[in-house]
Amino acid sequence: MLEHIINTGSKATRDGFGAGLYEIGKLNPEVVALCADLVGSLKMEAFIKDFPERFFQVGIAEANMMGIAAGLATSGKIPYTGTFANFSTGRVYDQLRQSIAYSDKNVKVCASHAGLTLGEDGATHQILEDIGMIKMLPGFAVICPCDYNQTKAATMAIAEHYGPVYLRFGRPNWPVFTPENQRFEIGKAQVLSAGADVSLIATGHMVWQVVEAARALAGEGISCEVINVHTIKPLDEETILDSVSKTKCVVSAEEHQRNGGLGESIAGLLARRLPSPIEFVAVNDSFGESGKPLELLDKYGLGVPDVIAAAKRALQRKS
Amino acid sequence: MADITQLKEIASQVRRDIIRQTYYSNSGHPGGSLGCADFFTALYFKVLRRHPHFDMTGKGEDMFFLSNGHVSPVWYSALARAGYFPIEELATFRQLHSRLQGHPATHEGLPGIRVASGSLGQGISVAIGAALAKKLDSDPHLVYALTGDGELQEGQIWEAAMFAAHHKVDNLIVTVDWNGQQIDGPNDEVISLGNLPAKWEAFGWDVLHTPGNDMASLLHTLQHAGELTGKGRPVVVLMRTEMGFGVDFMMGSHKWHGVAPNKEQAIQALAQLPETLGDYPGPGEV
Repeated sequence: MLEHIINTGSKATRDGFGAGLYEIGKLNPEVVALCADLVGSLKMEAFIKDFPERFFQVGIAEANMMGIAAGLATSGKIPYTGTFANFSTGRVYDQLRQSIAYSDKNVKVCASHAGLTLGEDGATHQILEDIGMIKMLPGFAVICPCDYNQTKAATMAIAEHYGPVYLRFGRPNWPVFTPENQRFEIGKAQVLSAGADVSLIATGHMVWQVVEAARALAGEGISCEVINVHTIKPLDEETILDSVSKTKCVVSAEEHQRNGGLGESIAGLLARRLPSPIEFVAVNDSFGESGKPLELLDKYGLGVPDVIAAAKRALQRKS
Repeated sequence: MADITQLKEIASQVRRDIIRQTYYSNSGHPGGSLGCADFFTALYFKVLRRHPHFDMTGKGEDMFFLSNGHVSPVWYSALARAGYFPIEELATFRQLHSRLQGHPATHEGLPGIRVASGSLGQGISVAIGAALAKKLDSDPHLVYALTGDGELQEGQIWEAAMFAAHHKVDNLIVTVDWNGQQIDGPNDEVISLGNLPAKWEAFGWDVLHTPGNDMASLLHTLQHAGELTGKGRPVVVLMRTEMGFGVDFMMGSHKWHGVAPNKEQAIQALAQLPETLGDYPGPGEV
């Protein structure tokens, strides 16, 4: 049942952002972009080349960038801000809260290099708290696509959604396995593969890890339902409840702290509507460190074997 | 257009509104509000080229952003007196279910407000964004912003100052309420602002000075500021105001930054401020 999920090659999700920004720039003249001295890292060159008057280089001044974006949005523009996820959230939390969320501004906060898979730059840059911070802000949508194609589609789709959006993506090349030119539906989880025994629910880069784990578990006769939650807020509660009412147990997986992440959102939903065993594949209250992406995922308990072990624990807890 | 005599009359009524809003809510910030009453009156009754009705996008009109949101009583009064919402609504200041939040907000849909403020240092950045949008839209109107002086201790202010000069945001006029006071005392005792004009000049801005509680000087300087726009540099107007201006016992001290008058004090203050346009109906006798 997992045969249809095919790795067509590796590309970075940040490249998907750059491609999507360029495409939506062509389609929507109200789209403008800002960057805090990370044009190359955010892959914004194509947009800047063709729409130089709609791009604003802000320099290393992220708080100012968020305020300027709020002002552009007030005047009817659709600003996309670009910097690392760390500097898109913790560094500017008060600006996001007051000038954007509370003021209901249509700003798209586009955040690269999220999570452990940032790699060698280490813990200062490996933000693992951003989903939690942003999902607490009223009105913000939180989106974390799983591969290049989906990030490109999401980057374009958020222009059509009125309201502040946090779009999270990453640095490394990563398997591409969702369709080109897909339609991205904000708030709609995707059941990538149907299964009966356990629901594996992941976001971002961890979706591929979960697919790999599901293949291995299938070899042991365990049938996994694999769900990609690319939108953490608003959470697609019905798709999750439909799955768990069938499988009776869950594993959540994300490149984020256990506190405040997708798993916490799912656990809260299940506690309210459908109490069920849940196991968390997430960073457990620690900072990361320098290393290669896959090494780091393994060290911090986010490797494919960790997902497999979590699935078995969840299965055991089913009564 | 109002002449100077009329503007002074309006400012007196705005000051009455400030005293009564803060008295009836037993909270709020009268000191800075009183000091800025002349500026807000000049802005809304003379300077801004504005549509009679509120439009969030501000297309085809001048726009104003308040950065030091705690002076909300003066802004609410000016907006109501300028016709953006019913004057009677001033009686709801800081009450439950009101559009007149303690610090200005868009959330309840109060006409005239385009962004929330209160947490300091953010307003100039937002004003820059609106000014950039005007350039993209070939809209020749201007964007104004007001900041406090203590607020200039926030780092974001100087991020914004650097950006505006670099990107030649020359359709922007920032005004500074330079009363020399902040919550914990005089600026010079808390954190000195140093040579403020030289700071702005060094950041690449055209710098104007004016007494902030003299209507004729204020109008003259704001007009001059308008003439300096469109020449490749952002403009800042340093307004020397006095916190509490217009009420003798509130002047010359930071004590009235965030303290509301009691009944006796409110009566004493209102006796110094002629009722020129008619008070809004209050819930009590003051």
